[in-house]
Amino acid sequence: MNPLAIIGEALRALRLNRLRTGLTMLGMIIGVAAVVLMLAVGQGAQTAVNQAISSMGSNLFIVIPGATSSGVLRSGAGGVQTLTMADAQAITHLPSVKATAPLLGSTAQINHGANNWSTSVTGVTPDFFRIRDWPLERGAFFTETDLRAAARAAILGQVSAENLFGTDDPIGRTIRIQNSPFTVVGILAPKGRGLDGNDQDDAVFIPITTGQRQIFGTQFPDTIRFMMIQAVSAEAMDEAEREINQLLRQRHRITEGAENDFTVRNMAAIAAVATGAARIMSITLGSIASISLLVGGIGIMNIMLVSVTERTREIGIRMAIGANRRAILAQFLLEAMVICILGGLIGIALGIGGAWAVSMALDMVVVITLGTVLLAFTFASAVGIFFGFYPAKKAAALRPVEALRYE
Amino acid sequence: MTHPAPIPGGPLIRTRDLCKIYSLQDGTGDDTVDTQVLFDVSLAIDRGEFVAIMGHSGSGKSTLMNLLGCLDTPTSGHYWLEGHDIAALSDDDLARVRNRSIGFVFQGFNLLRRMTALDNVAAPLLYAGSTRAQARSRARELLERTGLGRFAAHQPTQLSGGQQQRVAISRALVNNPPLILADEPTGNLDTQTSHEIMAIFEQLNREEGITVVLVTHEDDIAARARRLIRLQDGRVVHDGGIGA
Repeated sequence: MNPLAIIGEALRALRLNRLRTGLTMLGMIIGVAAVVLMLAVGQGAQTAVNQAISSMGSNLFIVIPGATSSGVLRSGAGGVQTLTMADAQAITHLPSVKATAPLLGSTAQINHGANNWSTSVTGVTPDFFRIRDWPLERGAFFTETDLRAAARAAILGQVSAENLFGTDDPIGRTIRIQNSPFTVVGILAPKGRGLDGNDQDDAVFIPITTGQRQIFGTQFPDTIRFMMIQAVSAEAMDEAEREINQLLRQRHRITEGAENDFTVRNMAAIAAVATGAARIMSITLGSIASISLLVGGIGIMNIMLVSVTERTREIGIRMAIGANRRAILAQFLLEAMVICILGGLIGIALGIGGAWAVSMALDMVVVITLGTVLLAFTFASAVGIFFGFYPAKKAAALRPVEALRYE
Repeated sequence: MTHPAPIPGGPLIRTRDLCKIYSLQDGTGDDTVDTQVLFDVSLAIDRGEFVAIMGHSGSGKSTLMNLLGCLDTPTSGHYWLEGHDIAALSDDDLARVRNRSIGFVFQGFNLLRRMTALDNVAAPLLYAGSTRAQARSRARELLERTGLGRFAAHQPTQLSGGQQQRVAISRALVNNPPLILADEPTGNLDTQTSHEIMAIFEQLNREEGITVVLVTHEDDIAARARRLIRLQDGRVVHDGGIGA
C-alpha cells in the first residue's frame, strides 16, 4: 500500500473519533508545551546568570572583614572594620594583581528638588569602574584629584538618574546626599541585574574619600567596607589569592596559627557555582516536563490499545481483502504518530506563547532556541513511535480468521 | 516476491486430507481440549465451476471456507490454489493471494464502516499498490456494473442489505480474481434480494468464467449451483450433482 494512502487512512480514522483524538492529543500538547516552556525558562535563567557574571567583571576577588569560619558577621579582634585604604594600596602592588578597588557604602536618602530616592551610595575609586568594566553613558568619571580633594562629585546609575531627574539631563546638576550637595558628573551605561538579583543600575557612586569624611561617618577615617581585586589573568587567580592572604596576614600582624580577620572570596568560583545551579535548574525543569510527555505517551498507548481492540473486525476485513501485516502495522503506527506530531506542533506553538507570557508577566528572561524546538519535536515523534509500536504490533499480529470472527 | 504465476493445467483448488483441530482451553483454564472439526477433506474444484457447500451448523463448512480462503491454516493436509502449495507461503504471500486471487463475500457484508461504497470497493486495490485515483476509477466502474453507481458516495449504513452485498461483490471483483468465496451471502437478505444476489453470481460464473464457491444452508440457494458438496461432522458425505 502506498504511503500516501496509509496517511490518508490514518487521518480519516482519527477524524472519525474527533473527541477521543483531541483528548489524546491534549496529553501530547501539554507535554510538549511544558517541555518547551520549561527549557525556555531554564535557558533564560542560565542566560541571566551568565549576563550577571559577565557584568561583574572578570578574574575578581572580593575581600571582606571577618573570618569565614565563624561567619561573615563576626569581626576580627582589631575592631569593627579591619580593612583600610592602606591595605588596598599595598595589594595593588602585588605582582599577580592588576587593580584594587576599595569600597565603602550604605543606603542613603537622595534629593533633587522635590524628588526623593533612597538608594545605595557607594564610595569608590576610579579603578572601580575599570575593574567592573563599566563604561559611562554620558559625562566623566571623577579623577584621582577629586579623590584626593574629597570632591563632592557623583556618578549615577541609570535607574537612579531616571528616578531623580526623569527625562532631564542630570550632568552638572546638584543632588543632595543626606543633605550634602553633590554635583552629578557622569551617568553610567546600564548594567542589569547582578548575581544577587539586585538592579545594579539603582546606585550612586561618589569618591571614597568623600564618603569616609562626609557621608558615612566611619569610626576610623581610613577604613573601608570591602574591596574588589582583579587578578592579572584567570591563570593567576590561585597565585593572587595566596599573595593577598599572605600580605594581609602580615599587615594585620596575625600570628601563625591564628584565624584570619578577613575573608578572600574568589568570585570566579562563586560564578561557577551560580552557573552550575542554573544548569541544574534547567535540567530539572526539563526533566519534570518530560515526565508529562511520558504520561501523554502512555495515554496514547492506552487509547491505541482500545482502538485496536475496538477495530479488530476492521483489521480482519482489511486482512481478508489483502492487507499484509506491514500495512496494518503502518496504519496504526501512523495514527499514533499523527497524534504525536500534530500535538507536538501545537504544543510547540503553545510553549512559545506561554514562554512569551511568562517573560511579560514575571519580567523573566526566557530563551527559546531552534535546538529546543527541534528537541521537543523529535521527542514527540519518538514518543509516538515508541508508544504506538506495541498496539500496532498487536494489531498486525492478529490472525485473520479470528479477527473476522470478533464481534 | 511477486505474485506467483498460476501454474497452468490442473484444478483451481485441490485439497488432500485437510484436517483442522481446534485446541480450546477447558473451563478451569489448565488443560486444552482438542476438537477436530475437519477430517481428511480431499477435493478438487476446476476453473469455471459453481459449487455450493452445504451442511448443518457445526458440520465444518465455515472452517473449510476459511481454509480455502487462506484466512486460516490447516492442522494437517495440503491445499493447492492455482497449483501453489499454500502451506509453503509466508504471511505476506498469503495476504497477496487473498488480495489477487480470492474475492470474499460474507454473510454480514463486512464493509468498512464510515467509508463510502466507492472507497470500500477501492480498498483492495490500494493494498495491491494502486494509487488512490486509479483505485477509485476502477471502483466506480464496478459499482456502475452492479447498478450502484449513484450510491458511490453513500456509507454502508445508508444502504439496504442488498445494496451492501452488491458493494461487497464489487469489492470482491475489483482485482479480477479467478475465485469468489461466498460465506452465506444471502443469510441476511430477504428472498427477493437473495435471488437477485444469486443472479449476479450466476452471471459472473457464466459470462466471465469466475469460479464461485458458496457456503449455504438454504436448499433453494444451493440449487442454483451446479455442484454440491455436503459436509457432515467434518467429513464430505456428498460431492456431485444437485439434488442429493
